[in-house]
Amino acid sequence: MDVELRGLTKRFGKVVANNGVNLKIRGGEVLGLLGENGAGKSTMMNMLSGLYSPDEGEILIDGKPVVFEGPGDAIAAGIGMVHQHFMLVPVFTVAENVVLGVEPTKALDYLDLNAARRQVREIEETYGLEVDPDDLIENLPVGIQQRVEIIKVLFRSADVLILDEPTAVLTPQEVEDFFKIVRALRDAGKALVFITHKLGEILEIADRISVLRAGQIVGEGDPKTSSPAELAEMMVGRPVNFAVQKTAFAPGAPVLSVQNLSVLNEADERVVDRVSFDVQSGEVVGIAGVQGNGQSELIEALTGLRTSASGTVAFEGRDVTRASPRDLHAMGVAHIPEDRLRSGIITSFTVAENMVLDSYYDDRFSNGPQVDWPAVNQWAAKYAHEFDVRTPSIFQLAGNLSGGNQQKLVVARELSRDTKLVIASQPTRGLDVGSIEYIHSRLMAARAEGDGVLIVSSELDEIMGLSDRILVMFKGRIVAEFDATSGVRDRARVGLAMAGEAA
Amino acid sequence: MTDRVNINEEIQKLMVRSVRGRSEFEDLVVVPVFAVIVALFLGALTMLATGVDLPTIGRSFVALAVGSVGSLNAISETLTAAAPLTLAGLGLAIGFRTGLFNIGAEGQLLMGGLAAVIFGFSFPNLPFLVLMPMCLVAGALVGALYAAIAGFLKATTGAHEVISTIMLNLISFRLLDYMLRLDWIQKEGRADPISKSVPDNAELPRLLEFLDPNLRLHAGIFLVIAAVFFVHWLLFKSKIGFEFRASGENPDAARYAGIRSSLIIVAAMATAGAFAGLAGANQVLGVLDRASPGFSAAIGFDAIAVALLGRSHPYGVALAGLLFGALEAGGRQMQVDAGVSIDLIGIIQALIIVFIAAPLLVRAIFPWGFRKQGSNGGGEA
Repeated sequence: MDVELRGLTKRFGKVVANNGVNLKIRGGEVLGLLGENGAGKSTMMNMLSGLYSPDEGEILIDGKPVVFEGPGDAIAAGIGMVHQHFMLVPVFTVAENVVLGVEPTKALDYLDLNAARRQVREIEETYGLEVDPDDLIENLPVGIQQRVEIIKVLFRSADVLILDEPTAVLTPQEVEDFFKIVRALRDAGKALVFITHKLGEILEIADRISVLRAGQIVGEGDPKTSSPAELAEMMVGRPVNFAVQKTAFAPGAPVLSVQNLSVLNEADERVVDRVSFDVQSGEVVGIAGVQGNGQSELIEALTGLRTSASGTVAFEGRDVTRASPRDLHAMGVAHIPEDRLRSGIITSFTVAENMVLDSYYDDRFSNGPQVDWPAVNQWAAKYAHEFDVRTPSIFQLAGNLSGGNQQKLVVARELSRDTKLVIASQPTRGLDVGSIEYIHSRLMAARAEGDGVLIVSSELDEIMGLSDRILVMFKGRIVAEFDATSGVRDRARVGLAMAGEAA
Repeated sequence: MTDRVNINEEIQKLMVRSVRGRSEFEDLVVVPVFAVIVALFLGALTMLATGVDLPTIGRSFVALAVGSVGSLNAISETLTAAAPLTLAGLGLAIGFRTGLFNIGAEGQLLMGGLAAVIFGFSFPNLPFLVLMPMCLVAGALVGALYAAIAGFLKATTGAHEVISTIMLNLISFRLLDYMLRLDWIQKEGRADPISKSVPDNAELPRLLEFLDPNLRLHAGIFLVIAAVFFVHWLLFKSKIGFEFRASGENPDAARYAGIRSSLIIVAAMATAGAFAGLAGANQVLGVLDRASPGFSAAIGFDAIAVALLGRSHPYGVALAGLLFGALEAGGRQMQVDAGVSIDLIGIIQALIIVFIAAPLLVRAIFPWGFRKQGSNGGGEA
């Protein structure tokens, strides 16, 4: 089945989200749709899946114009969308989730779960999607949940599958498995649209690439001949520097020393198990690992947000095992939390308020019991500008900024003061190329100024690119250490260690 | 040099406050106004459904207007009724901003009021300028302590404040009944549970007695005005207010920023309780002259509606307090003039809250009152 978008335009008020978009989607082909956050990818796909109706232009299926009144029409026409955020009922089984809304029934509306199970198995066998139809969703890892979403779409007889940022939540291993599934679907004649801003992935999986910028298709690429640099320039609109600029490695005295640290989670399980390491001044230590291997708890313990069970943490030789977040902040520890929306910013606060979230009490920003708002505003405007936080004004609500600008706001708050240790957790997750480039350069600037930098990331490329030393965490322990300065950058060995294979 | 100038210009540009948007205006003004109109209209339909004829309905709405703003006495009654609602509403607004749904204003108000009465009749010989403020302080302090119990329970054990404040309300009702029968509190020679009277030099003086001895407006109104500005300062200018709001909007981010959430919970509950206690003291020192069972007259519950209607903003709370005060004063007149039950006022108040709580419903009823929203602008919930 072929789908064609012809001159699609969608406006929201004065904002033109899509402007005369032309796109061809063909059966048996993976179309990679590349674009930064806010380029209009989602708007376009929401029109294709019937959620929005276009202001201008038309959608043609096999050459015939169609009009979707709602998502139901698009599904009936064979277009299915796999959302970035899954829409599954956690306490239902796989089979129950797949048939939800189109349940097979026997007489008297009796739910025929056996038929559902059988149909789910058939789809699994056809496309090589391994899932047990009787597993509860809540017990399944994210990668498998995504398979369930795909089965759901296939169950509704979709011939066109739109995959919205499908790898954002997956581990490197899961991405490999996912690509196998995508290829199997393509070979079975399905048309796939793979939406992402990750260049490496799109070059690997796509048969054809379209680049969207500011609501318009700005170029097409052939994955066999295009280079990442060309595509990135098309996507961002200017040349992008991929290689992280690093000054010479000049480590100093240890800033952070962790000795035999153990941390328990809420269920009293030991999720960080006797971990020891140092971070030296002027050094970037990267902690690699699949998410959920104790990294989050380790960072919380280091930043005073979680009390450790045993072991010690020393900052510049002082014992800070029991220090509060505010004590550590005052000593010069910056913390960029892993989830900016949950714990980095307050979306209903202004940019200015967010800029002083952890320093409002300081003498610079207050007199007596009162916050000195003029001083706060001056400072916020200065650093919003310096850290390239793009906002119409500092009185804008932080929730109205794009993800990249929200993260730059967090980075501005944490790095705009005198720091000695920077702890950054997933500093660029979900960000566009331009923002990633910028945040990396800021972290490197901190290193050049002699800060110790500790980075936790599940993006192996990020860890490899930034770190002087790489620690791999698996099941709460540091299972491998790699010196990245001596030129040994064995990606495969790091990846194996992440999967728990002894290095 | 020119670069330097450009950078400064760009920084200055970031500091320009944009004009309040249309959507904010709609949220803060248009929705509440429409909510009141729809509620009054549905109130009329309710009357019609209960067999009241049209002329009586007309008369009752005239009475509502006359009784609330139609005369000096009406305005005095409106303000007198608005005062405790606003005070308690301000306290609740502080709680809501901190993410605490405090249902306990009623109990805090009773405890605070009782404390003010006891303090008043215990030191009848102190001069007015000492005794009256001390009574207010006693009311605020005891209200704060009573609310802090719920805050402490939440901070230490995670007990939800909705449950614990409801229970504390129940405890306060019975505690009041019990205390009103104690020898040293109960009025001499009375068998029913009623407290001794507050001495004259502890009372909030009436302001318009020189015009007409029946005008009940008292000096508590100055307290209310001061409280409105104080709460505005507290929430939006002070450090502790910043901590309150940060903890309320995103407790995780506040904790990550080094704000001690358990302290904030106790402090916010205590502040909320202090205002409820003040409302109670305002009632006994300005209107009632003594404590009797249930003297709070559900002010603490109505204040929840006032705080919600005022969008937890001190100025909004003041306006909502005035509206509810007017409805109460006008409702009494309605009962007298048109013989319509005062329960109807309760229905109208409830309807207003329903429509405020559901702005999308109001938008659906009055589509022409609002700018058309794009598909991306539906973030009302």
